[in-house]
Amino acid sequence: MSQAHHTSMGLDNRKMAFWAFIGSECLLFGSLISTYLIYKGKSLVGPYPHDVLNIPFTSFSTFDLLMSSLAMVLALAAIQRGDMKQGKLWLFVTALLGIVFLGGQVYEFSSFVHEGLGLTTNLFGSTFFVLTGTHGAHVTVGVIWLLTLWVQALRGKLGPKQAVTVEITGLYWHFVDVVWIVIFTLVYLIQ
Amino acid sequence: MKSWLTTTDHKRIGQLYFWTALGFFLIGGLEALVIRAQLAKPEGIGVSAEVYNQLFTMHGTTMIFLALMPLSAAFFNYIIPLQIGARDVAFPRLNAFSYWVFLLGGLFLNASFVAGPLFGAPRLSVAPDAGWFGYANLTSRQFSPGPNIDFWLLGLQILGIASLAAGFNFIVTILNMRAPGMKLMRLPVFSWMTLVTQFLVITAFPVITVALVLLMFDRFFGTHFFVPAGGGDPILWQHFFWLFGHPEVYILILPAMGIVSEVLPTFSGKPLFGYTVVVYSGVLIGFMGWGVWSHHMFSVGLGPIADSVFSATTMLIAVPTGVKIFNWIGTMWGGQIRFTTAMLFAVGFIAMFIIGGLSGVSHASPPADLQQTDTYYVVAHIHYVLFGGTMLGLFAGMYYWWPKMTGRRLSETLGKWHFWLTFVGMNLAFFPMHFSGLLGMPRRIYTYGPELGVTRLNQVSTAGAFLLGIAVLVFLVNLWWTRRRGEPAGNDPWQGATLEWAIPSPPPVYNFTVIPRVESRLPLWKTEHHGAMAPLPLTPPTPIHVPGGSWWPLITAFGLPVIAVAAISHHLWLVFVGLAIVITGIYRWAYEPFEV
Amino acid sequence: MRRHSLLLLLLAAIAATACGGPFPQTTLAPRSDLGAQVDTLFTSIFWWAVVVFAIVEGLLLFVIIRYRRREGGPKPSALHGHTALEIGWTLAPALILVFIAVPTMRTIFATAAPAPAGALRVEVIGHQWWWEFRYPEIGVVTANEMHVPLGKPVQLEMTSADVIHSFWAPGLGGKRDLTAGRITRIAFTPDSLGEVAGQCAEFCGASHANMRLRVFVESDSAFRAWAARQVTGAAVPSRGSPAERGQDLFAHGACIACHTITGVPQARGTVGPNLTHVGSRTMLAGATLPNTEEWLRRWISNAPSLKPGSLMPAMPLPDDQIAALVAYLQSLK
Repeated sequence: MSQAHHTSMGLDNRKMAFWAFIGSECLLFGSLISTYLIYKGKSLVGPYPHDVLNIPFTSFSTFDLLMSSLAMVLALAAIQRGDMKQGKLWLFVTALLGIVFLGGQVYEFSSFVHEGLGLTTNLFGSTFFVLTGTHGAHVTVGVIWLLTLWVQALRGKLGPKQAVTVEITGLYWHFVDVVWIVIFTLVYLIQ
Repeated sequence: MKSWLTTTDHKRIGQLYFWTALGFFLIGGLEALVIRAQLAKPEGIGVSAEVYNQLFTMHGTTMIFLALMPLSAAFFNYIIPLQIGARDVAFPRLNAFSYWVFLLGGLFLNASFVAGPLFGAPRLSVAPDAGWFGYANLTSRQFSPGPNIDFWLLGLQILGIASLAAGFNFIVTILNMRAPGMKLMRLPVFSWMTLVTQFLVITAFPVITVALVLLMFDRFFGTHFFVPAGGGDPILWQHFFWLFGHPEVYILILPAMGIVSEVLPTFSGKPLFGYTVVVYSGVLIGFMGWGVWSHHMFSVGLGPIADSVFSATTMLIAVPTGVKIFNWIGTMWGGQIRFTTAMLFAVGFIAMFIIGGLSGVSHASPPADLQQTDTYYVVAHIHYVLFGGTMLGLFAGMYYWWPKMTGRRLSETLGKWHFWLTFVGMNLAFFPMHFSGLLGMPRRIYTYGPELGVTRLNQVSTAGAFLLGIAVLVFLVNLWWTRRRGEPAGNDPWQGATLEWAIPSPPPVYNFTVIPRVESRLPLWKTEHHGAMAPLPLTPPTPIHVPGGSWWPLITAFGLPVIAVAAISHHLWLVFVGLAIVITGIYRWAYEPFEV
Repeated sequence: MRRHSLLLLLLAAIAATACGGPFPQTTLAPRSDLGAQVDTLFTSIFWWAVVVFAIVEGLLLFVIIRYRRREGGPKPSALHGHTALEIGWTLAPALILVFIAVPTMRTIFATAAPAPAGALRVEVIGHQWWWEFRYPEIGVVTANEMHVPLGKPVQLEMTSADVIHSFWAPGLGGKRDLTAGRITRIAFTPDSLGEVAGQCAEFCGASHANMRLRVFVESDSAFRAWAARQVTGAAVPSRGSPAERGQDLFAHGACIACHTITGVPQARGTVGPNLTHVGSRTMLAGATLPNTEEWLRRWISNAPSLKPGSLMPAMPLPDDQIAALVAYLQSLK
């Protein structure tokens, strides 16, 4: 990985690039969320949100993702102080909690389909699946990213010198978590 | 050859952008000439409606995404690191990736012209044909059953990735890699305008990406995002498209304004008038550009309140734009103006942009606009601002920076011919369109009735367009002639003020032997406030490490058109192949030792 | 000097090519109250634009002539900012914009108001590539040619049966889009007799260029007479005439899949225009072809050749059958 140089604003280039990327991702998810909100209540046929959404189950998913962010924080802290044993552990836990979240999503999606809500059934199905599917794809990318780092750590190639990379991974992961909070609030909690 | 495929040097990437974009510009120009030949008289030259509709769609799409933006990108790439005193951009391999994705996306889009037989259709029948803004629900599978719109939406998604990657790259480069002492308010205006442009890119492109993805889902998977029968609203497409589309026009104009802001001071022999105001107005335009999008939708029937709000915001944005024009005039006031070709184009920019801006103000008034929108009046407006504005500004940049990039000056004689043929040609082509529009000629029509009375106006426009074609030929001759016979240029043929003129032409691969310390906005000039910067050493005092090339940007980029081809031919397995190429490419890229 | 007199000559030449006429689709000769309000507004914006153009381009010209580099000329002044000027040339354009904005807002609200109660309601439904006009209160259904009485308010209520179209009869005022799933409106009162030409102004597919329309502004009595004829059933052809054969061919042929003729029970199709009084129209095929025997024959034989992408297929019928159909349709006045 490339070394950090002196920079005009004092921030590592990669970190700055990543914040810019997060800015653009806000517009991406903002557009998808807006589509969901604009078409809310406009479906011509059911099933409708109150028919299928399972708040208790999704609350658990949300909690799981929040805990994964905590694990990410712990992973970064460990790696920054050179404690690679803890670093590897918490990286793995973060990824694992991510996988659990994804498993929950797969279960939820298939149960919706079973209940008659597919991608093309109505506007609710379309907007819901595209929004949460895009989010799920982002989580998947994050899990792959985390596991890649974990494998790198297992090979002894991850340490405090690569802390910036781990920090950026954390940024991504926390962002994906925040997007989920917004989705959970707007789609599930406020119906 | 291999070194070009693996290059990560911003100067080479800039050249790749330039020549590729120029090629697409010529294609877009040819499309325009066929359009104009067809419209020279009511029955035209026999271009069928189907072919015509592809021609005007591809003309707009090509000129905006494959010519104007990448020509600007050519200058971002070549010049920005030089202006800020850096050795390269922040992420050289990402930079290369952006170029390859652009090239492959452009090729994919244009492949549609010949891909008909692959779909059991004749040639020239499957290119995109619903206009460059592809309104729903004409673009739904029901009303556009062929692959035309699929080429369009897949091609644009690929191009969007190229622009986004470049956006992140240049934001970090400009903010983070400036030479010591180059505070933001000492940044050359071209770099400033580029910075604002890149912020617009990274915020606007996600919006159109979502719109294109939703359209893709409608067409491929049967959703109804824009299909009324399923509850969808075609107007949602327009909102998304113009939320992108309006910032996009500022993306198109701001770099050219930046170029003009460099050229005018150099050839007036005095600093830019009102630097701070010009910079802030650019930033303000960037922000305000987000608040005007529905002025493209005055005919939709959004209601008087929405129309009034957008009318007001649109008129407001005319203010910072006008301020720039006055500052440019102020720059020339009291100067000692040298009319090099670059300067002629810069002045031409101002003259033409004023006209485009004024027709824009008339568009800002919804009741008036309802007679103008979707007619040749708005075609006049867009060409005055995009050709008279952006293109003339880009030509100014070409004449200005050609010596820096190649070590030779373009011929001034041929340049002046190029300028005057262009100036006369564009006014002949586009000025009459104000009238043909007001006389009732809508846009995007392959034929019109002789009774409309616009035949003569169309003939004049066609003559002007062909004159423009000749002007472009003169320019190409100039490029060719200059290769061997162009006057050699030293570091600073124009007595410029900014850092790019402190180094040889063309620059060595590492740009600066020593990164200079910058004490002012005009480092190379002696002014009443400061002396001129001392010349840089001729050779580097310590060896400078220059990163090598890499195959991974090209290979990773290649995965994207594979995915697109897979999608358009409905081969799911090939999608996975494309994805695998992208993922493999990213991994190898990430693990490749690459020191900047 | 040489350069800008050349330019002026050029502009004059261009402008001259616009002179002449008539211009049936011009926006500059309003034929209704709406058209007049829009024209007044545009005229004032136009003159402001001319003033600004003259001042700014004039300044530009002055500067590039006056400050050309001359041998032995003065050194460039170092002036690179002037706050008062900046404020001045920010406020002055803003002020001019106020003079444009205020009449704009007034006109927006004045023209957005619905027509008064009792206005003639016309429903406009856009199709690829023809206009359906229905008068719900008087029971008229026709296509491409709208008749309205002079001096009475009209309320258009518009939607689309397929893609987005835009109704534009420039003499009557600005355009408005037709979108499936929503209703848009134009309110106007025509103030001069005669034909107003128009065409679709939102790209709607292959034959967008061929989706034209006519509005006939006539005296109140002429309008009533037209409406009275339009609500009757189709003319019955005389026994043994070619038109009778034509009606028979029509009622048992492909035509009924797409067209309605009141009085011919089999003909209930709604894909294409209502043909009950097609003989009374001046134009065919989305107001692109004259309604003559010759053009009608060519249209029936091969509509797609005249109108690319037309949903009406070519009808490879023998000449005598086409002639009979033509005779029948022309008799439907």
